[in-house]
Amino acid sequence: MNPIILILGLPLLGFLINGVLGSKLPKSVVGAIGTASVLGAFIIAILNWNIISQPENNSIHLDLFTFLQIDQLSLKVAFQLDRLSIWMTLIITGIGTLIHLYSISYMKEDDGFYKFFAYLNFFIFNMLLLVLGSNFLMMFFGWEGVGLCSYLLIGFWYKNEDYGKAARKAFIMNRIGDLGLLLGMFLIISQFGSLDYSVVFPQIATGNTSTSMLTAISLLLFVGATGKSAQIPLFTWLPDAMAGPTPVSALIHAATMVTAGIYLTVRCQVLFALSPLTNEIILWVGLGTAVMAALIGLKQNDIKKVLAYSTVSQLGFMFVALGTGAYSTALFHVTTHAFFKALLFLGAGSVIHGMHHEQDIRHMGGLKSKMPLTHLTFLIGTLAISGFPLLSGFFSKDEILTAVFLHNKVAYVLLAGSALLTTIYMFRLYFLTFHGQYRNHHHAFDKVHESPMNMTLPLMVLALLSIVGGALNLPTYVTHSDGFLLSWLKPLFIIPQSIHEINHNTEYVLIGIAVLIFVSGFLIARNIFVSKATVPAENSTGLGGILQNKFYVDEFYNKVFVRPLEITSSVLHDLIDGLILRAFTFGIFPMLKLVGRLNKKVQNGNIEMYLLYMVIAIVLLLGVNLIFA
Amino acid sequence: MLNVFHNLEISHYIYLSTVLFSIGLFGVLFRRNAIVLLMCIELMLNSVNLLLAAFTEYMGDANANGQMFVFFIMVVAAAEAAVGLAILVMVYRNTRKTDVSFLDQLKD
Repeated sequence: MNPIILILGLPLLGFLINGVLGSKLPKSVVGAIGTASVLGAFIIAILNWNIISQPENNSIHLDLFTFLQIDQLSLKVAFQLDRLSIWMTLIITGIGTLIHLYSISYMKEDDGFYKFFAYLNFFIFNMLLLVLGSNFLMMFFGWEGVGLCSYLLIGFWYKNEDYGKAARKAFIMNRIGDLGLLLGMFLIISQFGSLDYSVVFPQIATGNTSTSMLTAISLLLFVGATGKSAQIPLFTWLPDAMAGPTPVSALIHAATMVTAGIYLTVRCQVLFALSPLTNEIILWVGLGTAVMAALIGLKQNDIKKVLAYSTVSQLGFMFVALGTGAYSTALFHVTTHAFFKALLFLGAGSVIHGMHHEQDIRHMGGLKSKMPLTHLTFLIGTLAISGFPLLSGFFSKDEILTAVFLHNKVAYVLLAGSALLTTIYMFRLYFLTFHGQYRNHHHAFDKVHESPMNMTLPLMVLALLSIVGGALNLPTYVTHSDGFLLSWLKPLFIIPQSIHEINHNTEYVLIGIAVLIFVSGFLIARNIFVSKATVPAENSTGLGGILQNKFYVDEFYNKVFVRPLEITSSVLHDLIDGLILRAFTFGIFPMLKLVGRLNKKVQNGNIEMYLLYMVIAIVLLLGVNLIFA
Repeated sequence: MLNVFHNLEISHYIYLSTVLFSIGLFGVLFRRNAIVLLMCIELMLNSVNLLLAAFTEYMGDANANGQMFVFFIMVVAAAEAAVGLAILVMVYRNTRKTDVSFLDQLKD
């Protein structure tokens, strides 16, 4: 059997079983089905690794049927498992399995347990649809599907009105991006007459398409990517998406779904490689996002919000890499980020679980002794994201910084600054949570407990991956050859990815700077939050206030977009609906009443009158008949 | 006896049945007693019967379709009178009168 059917089918089957029968099954069975279906997909993907890695046969295809046939345009339901797809599939299903396992304990007390697992499985299915589709239409289905699942899971605790609003915000922000993607797809159809990757990309590679057209298409696709991957200007939904249960934040809003924009760009590498203007825009948008989100992250006090802004910032790093044309580097950072950010989120979930749903880091502190495993793994995650030498984040971030250094020195300085901020806010989070004195009631501290085994096991696996993940793409100065991921992706790119030669001395200087950034960031955070034991104030003033209030971006959007929309709709409501339509509909009622009152006179119950009407009518009819016959 | 009828023109029948029908009609319209009303309806029906019989003879129809029709009308009229009178009996038992104005009690 074609492996793609199984990879896609297992999560779908899990979704159907849990969704339809879940309410009748015991929780242990629901959790087992949910986890096993994703694990099954993971195993099947691993088993097919060898087939994909053959140089002569590096993709598996599955053409199911034609979805739509309009004149020359034929839209197919077709999939392909190639080097990029299998890489993404392994990330999605691998981390997905761990997070499913973790959720069994985390969501144990929840009434919507089966619903949660059904949604998670459906999310995995849609995400796989996104990466396995062999044309833009299939990708778009997955794209919309993950958006839907994200909406459902952010608003999972729908009884809280704010969570529902956060879900709607995420959905609407994503819709704005999706419009760009959709328009880009229309342009592709009009230009190339097909949506199949195998038709479109070779045509682009011939170079017969005008640059302005390619720029337009790539910019529109990038608009779609900014929505899904939370870049400026559409990033504000991601921090609010933390309303969902923590495993959801780890899986969807950190490790997988938000990287869909990067997947899209890497998939359309040939298109982006030929549109230099778009690359420049991507670079600066990514850079702006990386710096801005890191600044905001410095002043957040909700453990999940810090991680959310960190995600936005790291996604910015990835887009910077894409902007410089370092596609494999971006994918490398996607991978390592998936490891350590899933780890950090699950660690945060473990803290929240152990603290009985406390999320404010000002009320934490000193948890090191109470939660040794969570503490250790969280520390590893923090070190990895901050770029501690030889951990996964060090290699991937260093690669991005090197690529930017060769591209644009100003961008390099800004991005290095953002990396410094990353170290500071991550260690701020770590110190405030695990070190110092517990800052809440003492009897609450006694109740803090370490999480159960199937929550700590995923933490340990992810911690291990965060440590060794860098081995996936070791830099040239270590192995004296191309990194594994770089050579893995090489056959995929029709236009070879430009690899800048770099002087070894320069490279060592850059590594030195990276280490320096880490050390100074660590020392700054240690000085403020350990030596001085500063606790963030309720309301910061000045610059801190601006950061704490997230640069007032939400307020700005409210003023510029939401308020005018509300005013317009209220005007329409008062004027069109209130005056015109209301007058019409409510005018009918008195009219009917009047007619009724007139009719009542005729139908008065007096039988002689009825007979008289009858006779008159007959005479009239006969008369008319006589006259006109 | 038959000769007497043969001497009558068709127009005489028409006049007679018109008069009978009109008497019935005006009775229906202006009398309030339900029994009289039913009688007037019978009168109208029978005036039509008379006309049908006369025309059958006048047209010389061998199958006597018109006269067959008269029988039908008589049967229907009998059934109608039976139902009408039954209703009337019930009405009388409840209201102690046979005035048709009782029907306006169905008003709101």
